[in-house]
Amino acid sequence: MPFFPHLLLATLEGLVTSAVLALTALGLSLVFGVMRIVNVAHGEFFMLGAVLAWAITSAITGHPALGFAAALVLSPLIVGFVAWISERLVLSRIEYNPEATIVATIGLLYIIQQLALTFYGPEARPVTPPLNYRIQLPWFGYSGYKLSIIAASALLLLAAWFVLTRTRIGLVMRATQYDRETAQAFGIPVGRVYGAVFALGAMLAAIAAVLIVPISQAHYLMGLDPLLLSFIVVIVGGLGSLRGTVVAALLIGVSDGIVSVFFSPTLAKIIATLLVALVLVFRPQGLFGTATK
Amino acid sequence: MTPLLVVRNLSRQFGGLRAVDGVDFSLMPGEIRAVIGPNGAGKTTFVSLVCGRYAPSAGKIVFDGEDITDMPAHLRVRRGIAYTFQITSVFANLSVYDNVALPVQRTLTDGRSRGAVRQGVMEALERVGLDARANVPAGALAYGHQRLLEVAMGLALKPRLLILDEPTQGLSDSEIEGFITLVRDIARDATVLLIEHNMQVVMALAHRITVLNAGRILAEGTPPEIRSNAAVQEAYLGTVREAGA
Amino acid sequence: MSGDGTAKVYALHAAVIALLLALNFALPEYHHAVLARVLVLAVFAMGYNMLFGYAGLLSLGHAMFFATGLYGAGLPLYHLGWGVPAAFASGLAAGLVVSAGIGLLALRTSGVAFMIVTMMFAQVFYLVTLYFGEWTRGDEGLVLQQQARQVAFGETTLDLTNPTTRYLLAVALFAIVLFATLAVVRSRHGRVLVAIRENEERTRMLGYDTFTNKLAAVVTSGVICAAAGAAYALLFGYVGSTFASVQYSILPLLWVLLGGAATTLGPLIGTLFMYYVIDIASGYTSAYMLVVGVVLILLVLYFRKGVLGTVRERWVRWLP
Repeated sequence: MPFFPHLLLATLEGLVTSAVLALTALGLSLVFGVMRIVNVAHGEFFMLGAVLAWAITSAITGHPALGFAAALVLSPLIVGFVAWISERLVLSRIEYNPEATIVATIGLLYIIQQLALTFYGPEARPVTPPLNYRIQLPWFGYSGYKLSIIAASALLLLAAWFVLTRTRIGLVMRATQYDRETAQAFGIPVGRVYGAVFALGAMLAAIAAVLIVPISQAHYLMGLDPLLLSFIVVIVGGLGSLRGTVVAALLIGVSDGIVSVFFSPTLAKIIATLLVALVLVFRPQGLFGTATK
Repeated sequence: MTPLLVVRNLSRQFGGLRAVDGVDFSLMPGEIRAVIGPNGAGKTTFVSLVCGRYAPSAGKIVFDGEDITDMPAHLRVRRGIAYTFQITSVFANLSVYDNVALPVQRTLTDGRSRGAVRQGVMEALERVGLDARANVPAGALAYGHQRLLEVAMGLALKPRLLILDEPTQGLSDSEIEGFITLVRDIARDATVLLIEHNMQVVMALAHRITVLNAGRILAEGTPPEIRSNAAVQEAYLGTVREAGA
Repeated sequence: MSGDGTAKVYALHAAVIALLLALNFALPEYHHAVLARVLVLAVFAMGYNMLFGYAGLLSLGHAMFFATGLYGAGLPLYHLGWGVPAAFASGLAAGLVVSAGIGLLALRTSGVAFMIVTMMFAQVFYLVTLYFGEWTRGDEGLVLQQQARQVAFGETTLDLTNPTTRYLLAVALFAIVLFATLAVVRSRHGRVLVAIRENEERTRMLGYDTFTNKLAAVVTSGVICAAAGAAYALLFGYVGSTFASVQYSILPLLWVLLGGAATTLGPLIGTLFMYYVIDIASGYTSAYMLVVGVVLILLVLYFRKGVLGTVRERWVRWLP
């Protein structure tokens, strides 16, 4: 394939990655932004979303779109519930102490991951895509489903933006983020807000996973890469900035796609991780972030 | 006599807010200078610039003839500037003894000598009256005693300039009396720069008073001069008149 | 205040070493080999404890330092035919360079950012070991041959594959590092590190150069961990990418938390305990890391101070 169409293909692939990455990273950013904690188990919520999607679509016979639709609704709900319980039982008890939370979420990571290993097994299993048509471009055919991922993600991001900036719930979340004590003094139930936010963050990761699983496969170790990439996006884009998250996801997803197609994926990851570490060292607020209060 | 501290055109901005705005200030050795002003006047920011906690946006700081404007905080402490925090900042989990041992050990060239450390610590604790509580964890002390611990830690550095940031806040009247005596004692060996809201303490201790308002020096002079200064009274809305009368 | 316990403290530590030496003759073969491994990993944990327990800096990238020692010793031995002592020194030197470099960069951040930055640098290191698979053979790793792991002393030859030699060398390394950490912790520098952990701003305003002190802690920690890595390669004859993976950054954290952070003997207790728990669990299921997860959560909820930390708080106040 000549260069330009090859680049176009790489860009499209990158856009798909960005679409999924933006949702996953938004979940992480929300949790860090509002609760000021780092959830190392975030990738496992992603994996859990994918594994549950497989379970649900396998259980529902008939047209794949039916099973997929069910998975799209049920999987995030279940994952959100798991996250909510973890928050109430563990995180609130350690009072969101930054170090203790990292350790606790590491523990959570291993628990979820290994439970998946026990009940789902070590194999990677595919999920049938709900749509099966190809869009014919002059140089190559491209999966219509992949394009719909991009569309779905854009819709969800818009919805998230709307909720955060235009609704009362969003206002409550942003108030709690900005000043926890004052929010409490105003009667905002901080504990419940935190539970909801943690669940929401997990659900975003789960939805992203359900979207991507038909074109990749569900595997019990698939959580690590999204975790690291989400970290990178959140740091580069700046914490607490929805716009930053989206821009950074685009940047990283597309460049990761292009570099991986033309060079070795390992090298791409090395450069990306190194660059981000250096950004964090020299410009901690990222590209768009505001310095914390 | 050459001034111990000279500050020229010192400024510090936080975003759009000019917390300290072009301040010229100098301090003579052996002085007790009080810095007063309404809340938000920039007093703590000003002394934080002097001791190095913040870097200035503009201006120059000269300590004992040396330009320390770009010098990091810990080196200024070694030059002889000690700062006690406005919001008590002791090592809560360490004992009172260990709290004071840290500054003491740094001032001794042979920090390993247990005897010398012990002597230095007990000396500082005796001066503030905390020697009986040497083994108590600092976090368990009453608030007033924690403030005294702060002062002891400052003293243990054997400073030439001791900056006290609202040291009597939270102290009872009798404790304040004791504190006034302590500061007079300290001023025999060191220069004292004192931020205070308690006008009684200010009038009793200060040789000269500097009044800050909105980041600028509003007035400077002896206590009687400041007491009768109309602009100062206006800035304080009558507080000076009440306490001084 | 810390003067009166000196004799007790040194006696306790000497007793532990004596016990370990005695076990050389008492332990059955399997446990003998396990303990040798545990001792080397405990050195890794002690290095981590230096930074996490005493200086209060939580790093999620210490696999990088362990692996630096591992590869720093293993690669010259395998590819360049270096002898054991030279290879060990090379591992240490590599550890020194890497920890100094990482320290200078990472210490510009603090708190959560520090955790993330260290994790990322470690991830880069791991990926680099995979990328240069031509020399490192990545995950598959390199097996260091028996002939290479001999040390000649005049007439006699020490064979590092011999279980007894291996065990005694492990004890020797452990003992050296144990007494070294004890000395540092009771020194002026050690007290400053604790002060920085408790209240960094205050420590700075008492005239201490907190950056240099923290850097010294990172380098001390890094070199100790590299020593453990180098010893591991030379004593057990295997060098592989797994040791650079994020798992080996989390394990020392787990060992130190379990045994008691900021205690000198805690890391040994934690490593020993966790090693056997995982050993037993993996006999029953391949999902043995589940146990690790549960232990971490229980620790953080109920036993923040770990075994020796709780012991020190409740009963034995003079425990260092």
